[in-house]
Order: sequence, then structure tokens, then C-alpha cells
Amino acid sequence: MKILVCISKAPDTTSKIAFTSGNTSFDENGVQYIVNPYDEWYALVRALELKETLGGNVTIITVGNAVDESIMRKALAIGADDAVRIDAEPKDAYYTAMQIAAFAKNQSFDLVLVGKETINYNGSQVGGMIAEALELPFVSLASKLDVADNVITLEREIAGGVQVVEVSTPAVISCAKGMAEQRIPNMRGIMAARTRQLTVVPAVEIQELTSYVLYDLPVAKSACKMISPDNMDELVQLLHNEAKVI
Amino acid sequence: MTLVYIHSENGLSKAAKEVVTYAKKLGDGVSVITNGNTAADVLTQLGEYGASSVMVDRSVSIEDHQQLLDLVVFAAEKTGATTIIFSHDLTAKAIAPRLSVRLNAGLVSGATDVPNESNAIRVNVFSGKAFGFVKVNSAQRIVSLLPNSIQPEITGSVCGVEEINSGAVTGRIKLITTKKPEGEIALPEAELVVSAGRGLKGPENWGMVEDLAKTLGAATACSRPVADIGWRPHHEHVGQTGVAIRPNLYIAAGISGAIQHLAGVNGSKVIVVINTDQEAPFFKAADYGVIGDAFEVLPKLTEAIRKFKAGQN
Repeated sequence: MKILVCISKAPDTTSKIAFTSGNTSFDENGVQYIVNPYDEWYALVRALELKETLGGNVTIITVGNAVDESIMRKALAIGADDAVRIDAEPKDAYYTAMQIAAFAKNQSFDLVLVGKETINYNGSQVGGMIAEALELPFVSLASKLDVADNVITLEREIAGGVQVVEVSTPAVISCAKGMAEQRIPNMRGIMAARTRQLTVVPAVEIQELTSYVLYDLPVAKSACKMISPDNMDELVQLLHNEAKVI
Repeated sequence: MTLVYIHSENGLSKAAKEVVTYAKKLGDGVSVITNGNTAADVLTQLGEYGASSVMVDRSVSIEDHQQLLDLVVFAAEKTGATTIIFSHDLTAKAIAPRLSVRLNAGLVSGATDVPNESNAIRVNVFSGKAFGFVKVNSAQRIVSLLPNSIQPEITGSVCGVEEINSGAVTGRIKLITTKKPEGEIALPEAELVVSAGRGLKGPENWGMVEDLAKTLGAATACSRPVADIGWRPHHEHVGQTGVAIRPNLYIAAGISGAIQHLAGVNGSKVIVVINTDQEAPFFKAADYGVIGDAFEVLPKLTEAIRKFKAGQN
């Protein structure tokens, strides 16, 4: 099995979200970047489990700058065999997906795995875009993934339930909760990852299709109105007359 | 021309009416493409929400994303659409990105509003902690609208429905089984949601959550630990790693409100929190709070709702 896992950096869940330059860019001041949780916990860990049972090789790929090498080393520490960085600022999902597709095109990966979305842009776009560019089947939001004799068996989320589907390799899969459990890298893995060679690939020329032109923060909620547990009639009246939701 | 893709399995969903209303607000003519079993005299009602015509291909399966993609491409070419709209559901997540590459058209995922005066579209970013405004640089654009972002509006009258054969070919993904409980309100579309967490102490106590949900006409949801230990099915788990929802009313009982849980519910219009611990972080994100034991508060609230509903009739 030759598996490509696409990883993205994302601000740590507890990061303060703020913007600079007249609200046109994300304020990275004091922000700690991690591997996007869906990419790490589900896509990467499941890829490693498949490698451990079926043999093969797991390559991780990210589109980013030299400062993003820390997330590549984290993925190597967890157990990836190779790490590739497309040397470019990821401008939008299309740009990112086309860079990865251009790299993967002639490499005959059996599986290309992505997380179901990033926790910063939440677009769920990159996986489907890679699949289309490579003319491969795409199964989105898979919560289980098994491979036997070149047939991939998956469970995918549907509205209010799950579906079991099958598809032959090669395919692109977006990975959601349920597929694997987070792995904590051990000290040996961390030390070994420090000195590993990272492959840097120049970007191809791609026009981005979308741009984020402005950001904004939601207005802070006004203080919570407390209601006595013995006065549920009051709560119902507030929900009806004040909040107008029932 | 604006093209809208909708599901129409067993009638018209609220999400379908929302996307047609949204398309109408963009100002161009609105064409709808759909598949499924809904009768033509029901589909014709989409005209009331702004559609000028509806095309339906009965041979295309809702389960086959590759076929659905071909269907939308066929309709986009036929109508010469410059904007293509989806509801931001699981189907859109599977096919809109492919369509973006196929048509070389920019995709805005999870729009929460119509384009602003500079033609940028608002979306949620950082898991609901901020908004971003996205501009599309290509001639054609694709927008998926987050459910419950706008209300359906009746502005017109019935329209024509055309049965078509798009020639969409069967995809390579084979469906083996579907596991879906019948008769429940689908969580992502629900306007009212009652949710509970570890404070309920065990799956046997979910009856009072279900009673309240049933009385309200709400869907049920749960926190992550509850789904992880198997008290409730995974598809009910709302939060960062589960489903993100934005109902009009979210009632949370026995959930402390960790940041990962809030990421899945912070788009809710009104949040009610019931918790014994007055220091629970969820109260900071709530509109109404009740400090008390869910075991006492939930039945009382159900009774109060019942009384209120009886008074309305």
C-alpha cells in the first residue's frame, strides 16, 4: 500500500482568534500551530495502521512555507515514512488541491487521505478537488476504512445515519471521527524525526479561484439570563415572547 | 441564470426552500435541478420560492455522487448558469469541490448570507469563532448555503417541471448497506434541538430528554463523551469532531460546554443551558441559564412546554 496523507497546519483549539491589517489577515501573534486534528488523528493514524497490517509506505504532504516544517516533523514522529512540502503559501483550497494533485499525478498512490475539514477554514473542499483533478473516486466523511485485495470498504456519514460503501483502489477519502484514535509520538520517534530529510517541491503555476477579503468577529453575547429551576413557565414565556424561538 | 441543486426525496425539505429563496435573492432567473421521487405537482411549488423552472432526472440515485455530479454539470451547461447553489450538506461536501475543478469555478462553502455590496460572501471560519468574506475570482461561481441561515420566502407562483434524462453514468462507488433510524428529525436541519451530556448519568435516563424533544418537536443531540461511551449513536454527537449545527434553539442539559462542544453549536440563535454547576463554562455562551439538576429541571420544562402548547391551541 502506497498512501499519501495530506496535512494542513491549524491554530491550536485554544488560540485566541484575532485579525490584523484592517481585518484582512489572521493575527498569528502568539498562535501555536498544530497538525489539523482531522488530518492527524484520523487520516494519518489510519494510514499508519493500514501500513502496519498490509505493509507499504506512508507519505505526508503539505503546502506551506519553511516555518511549517514543525507539523511535518510531528507527522514523521508519529510514524510517517516520508514528508513532502510544496513550497508555497496555500492561497485557497483550489490552489492547495491542485498543488497536491500535480505532485501525486504520476506517483500511483493507492490511497490519498485528507481530514474531513480544517478547523480554521472548515471548507471540506480539498479532498474532492484532488479526486476530480486525478479523476479518482472520492468518498467523503468516512468514519471507517479497511482495505483488502485492492477493495476499500468504508462507512460514510449520511444525514442521520451511516452507509457502507466499496470502491477499488486508487481513491481519495476524507476522514472523520471514528476511523482511528489519536497517537502520541514517543521520544524515540520525536528524536528521529528531528534530523529526517524533508522533500521540498517547487509549486506549479495555479490561479486561485477565491480570496478571503475580510474577516470579522461575532458580537459578544450579552450576559446569560438566569432562571430559577422552579419557574420553567417563565423560561417558556421568555423563549416565546423575547427570543421568539418557540 | 442561477442553477440550484436540491434533494427531493419524499417531498420538499426546508433546506430545498432555503436554497431556492437564496438563489432568487441573487436577482437572476432561477432554474432547479433535482432527482428523486417527489411528484411533479409538488416540485412545481418551488416556483413559489422563486424558481422559474424545475428539471428532474428520476434515473439518478441520491447515493451515487458521481452520477449527481454529472447531473449538475449537464444542467449547468444546459442553462448556462453563472452561479450554482447547493445546501451545505453531506452531498454538497461530496460533489461541490469536484464541480469546482470540473468547471474551473470558485467554491464558497457554508455561506451564511447573500453576497454583500462588494460581492463577497460571508462564511464561518475558525470553527464558528469568526466570519470570513470570500470573493470569487472566476466567471462562474459555486455557493453552498449553510442550513438555517435564511428563511424560505414565498414570492411567486408555481412553475413548470420538466422530466429530463441527463445521461449521467453510474459511478464506481458501490453501495452495500444503509443504516438509518426511521422517523427522526435530521439533526443538521432541525430548528429546535435538545441535547444532553454526562450529567444525565446513563443511557437509561434519556427518556426525559426524548420527552422534552418530542413535546417541543425538536431533534435530540449529545456531547462527545456520551457518544464515545456508546450511550447515544455517533450521528447525534455535536461539536468540533461531530456535527456542527445552527438551530434556532439549542437546549443543553448536563453539558459543561468545553470549547470543542461550543465549536459545534455556537451558530445557534438561542442557547439554554441547564447545569448543576454554576461555574460551567457553557453559561458564558448561553442566553438563558438554569442552575439545577437536569433530573428535576427537564421534566418541569417539558410540563411547562406542554401547558404552553395547550394554551396556544
